Amino acid sequence: MDIFANLLLGLQISMTPVNLLYALIGCFLGTAIGVLPGLGPAATIAMLLPATFAMPPVTALIMLAGIFYGAQYGGSTTAILVNLPGETSSVVTALDGHQMARQGKAGRALATAALASFFAGTVCTLLIALFAPPLAEVALKFGPAEYFSLMVLGLIASIVLAHGSILHALGMIVLGLLLGLIGTDVNSGLQRYTFDLPELSDGIGFVIVAMGMFGVGEIVANLQQEASRDVSINEVKGLWPTKEDFRRMIAPTLRGTALGSILGILPGGGAALASFGAYALEKKVSRNRHEFGKGAIEGVAAPESANNAGAQMSFIPMLTLGIPANPVMALMIGAMIIQGIQPGPSVMTEQPTLFWGLIVSMWIGNLMLLVLNLPLIGMWVKMITIPYRYLFPMIIVFCAIGVFSLNNAHFDVYLMALFGVIGYVFKKLDCEPAPLLLGFILGPMMEEFLRRALLLSKGDPLVLLTRPISAGMLALALILLALVLLPSFSVTREEAFQEE
Amino acid sequence: MIKIRAEKDLWAGLLYVLLAAAFLWFGRDLKMGAASRMGPGYFPLTLSWILGAFGVISIVRSFVADGSAIGRIAWKQLALITAAVMAFGFLIDTAGLMFALPALVIISALASQQSVYDLKSLLVLVGLTVFCIIVFVKGLGVPMPILGSWFEHAAVVAPQR
Repeated sequence: MDIFANLLLGLQISMTPVNLLYALIGCFLGTAIGVLPGLGPAATIAMLLPATFAMPPVTALIMLAGIFYGAQYGGSTTAILVNLPGETSSVVTALDGHQMARQGKAGRALATAALASFFAGTVCTLLIALFAPPLAEVALKFGPAEYFSLMVLGLIASIVLAHGSILHALGMIVLGLLLGLIGTDVNSGLQRYTFDLPELSDGIGFVIVAMGMFGVGEIVANLQQEASRDVSINEVKGLWPTKEDFRRMIAPTLRGTALGSILGILPGGGAALASFGAYALEKKVSRNRHEFGKGAIEGVAAPESANNAGAQMSFIPMLTLGIPANPVMALMIGAMIIQGIQPGPSVMTEQPTLFWGLIVSMWIGNLMLLVLNLPLIGMWVKMITIPYRYLFPMIIVFCAIGVFSLNNAHFDVYLMALFGVIGYVFKKLDCEPAPLLLGFILGPMMEEFLRRALLLSKGDPLVLLTRPISAGMLALALILLALVLLPSFSVTREEAFQEE
Repeated sequence: MIKIRAEKDLWAGLLYVLLAAAFLWFGRDLKMGAASRMGPGYFPLTLSWILGAFGVISIVRSFVADGSAIGRIAWKQLALITAAVMAFGFLIDTAGLMFALPALVIISALASQQSVYDLKSLLVLVGLTVFCIIVFVKGLGVPMPILGSWFEHAAVVAPQR
C-alpha cells in the first residue's frame, strides 16, 4: 500500500543524524519551556525562527514541531509535581495529577502522563498519514472562492473554540487582517499604510507581531501579578505504574485520544480544549468517578492523551490546506514561507520528503520524549525553581536578538516594542492576541483569493454561495456563529473554560 | 445619567473605532475599484468599516451589559520594559551587543520588584552576554556588531578579533 511506502520515505528522512539531532533539540527545548511558566511554545518558536533560516526546510520544521509537542509534555510535569501547569493544556492534569503526587504516587502519575501521551501521539501519526493525502487531494480542486470561504470558516471556528468575548475575538481578527495588509499591494504595487517608511514596504514581519504580543506583552502582564512561587517537591520514586494502573488507564486513554483527535482538527481547537473536554467526559462516564479530584489515574490519562492528540492533529489543516489552526501553526506556516515553500495542498505532492519526514519525525519525537522525560525528571524539577526575575530579562533578550536578526534592522526592534505595548493594552481589555495573529497571517491571502474569485465571477459575490463546497463552508461558519450566540451554548462554553 | 457598566468593553470599543478611523483616513487615497476589479482600497476600507461597527457595538454594550473594570494598569512595568527594548534597538548598531544586551537586562530588571542586584546577578548577566555573543554572533553568524559604530576608531587601535 501507498501509505507504507510514504511512511518508509518519512522514516528515511527523519532518521538522518541531522534531523534526529534537531528533533531531539526541539523536544528538549519544548519540554524546558513547557516546564517554565510564562513562556509558551508560540513565543519560543517565534524566537527560534531566525535560527532556522539557515537549516534545510525539513530540519527546521522538525525542530519547531518538536518544541510544540514537547511543551505539552513539559507542561504536565509541573502540573503534576508542583500544581503549576506550565501550559493551559495541562491545567486539568493538575487536578488529579497533583493529588497523586501528594499521595506519594508522583512517579506513577508522570509515567501515566507520558505513556498516555505517547499512545495518543502514535495513533495520531497514523491518522495524519491516513487522512492527510485524501484531504489534500480534495483541496487541490479548490478554487479561489473555496479558499476564501475556508478561511472565513477557519477564522470563525477559531473564535467559537477560543475563550473570551466573541465580539472582541471578531474585532481582533478584523484588526489582524488590516494589519496584515500593511505594505505593498501585490496587485497594484501601491504602498498601503506604510507612511513612506521603506522598512514597512514589505509589510510587518509576523515574527515581530508574535514576539511583541506573546513575548514582551505577556511579560509586562506577568510582572504585574508577580508572586513568589513557593516550590516544594517531594522526591520522585516508583516510576512504573502497577498492573492495576495500566488496567484503569486503557479506556480513558482511548477516549481521550479519540476526543483530542476530533477537536484537534478544528481550527482554534487544539490541545487546551481537548484536555478540558476529555476530563469532563471521564468525570461523566468513568466507573471511578467518585475518585476524581482525589488522585484518580483516569484524570491524568484522559486529558494528557487528549492534549497530545489535539496538538498533533492541528497539523492536518496546516499541512493539507495551509490554514493555521492556532498561533503555533501560524508560525509554522510562516517558517515554511520563509523557506520558500508555499503552504497548501500542493506541499504533499511537491515536497513529499518534507511532508512525510515531518510526520514520521513526530512519532520519533514522541518516543524521544518518553525516553527522555522520565529519567531527566530531576533536571526539570530544578528548572521549575528558577525564579522569574532571572527568566524574563533573558526572554526579552532572545526576543530582541531574534527580531533584530530578521533583517538586521533596529527598526524591527522598535516595532516589537510597539507591539508589546499593543499586546499588553489588549490583554488588559480582555482581547486575546491569538485571533489577531491568525487574521494577520490570513489577511493578504484572503484579499487575494477574494479578488480572484470576484474577478472570475465578474464581480458577482454570489459565486461564494453558488459553488457547493464554498457555500457549505460558509453555511457551517454561520451555524457555528449562531451556536455560540445561542444562550444555552454560551453557558456550556463558559463552563468548559471555567475550570481554569 | 447613563452608567458605564463594562469599562473594558468601552475602551476596547473606543480603540476599535479609533483604529478603524485611522485606517480609513490613511487609506483615503486608495481606490476602491469595482467588485470585479478590486482596487487596493476595496478590502482594507471595507474591513475598516466592519471594525468600526464592532467598535460601536462594543461601546453600546458597555452601557447595557455588565462587564469588568479595567483594574490597575502596570504603567511602570510597561514603560520600563518598552524602554528596555527601545534601548536595545538604539544601542545595537551604535554601541554594539556588548552594551545593548546589558542595558536591556538592567532596565527591564528594574520592572520587577523581586530583582536583586548582587554579585550572583552580575555573574548571570556577564554569562548571558558571553553566551549570546558566542552562540548568536560566532555560532549562528547573526551579523550583529559586538562593538558598534561608536567604537570604530577605537577598533583601529585595538583591532577586533
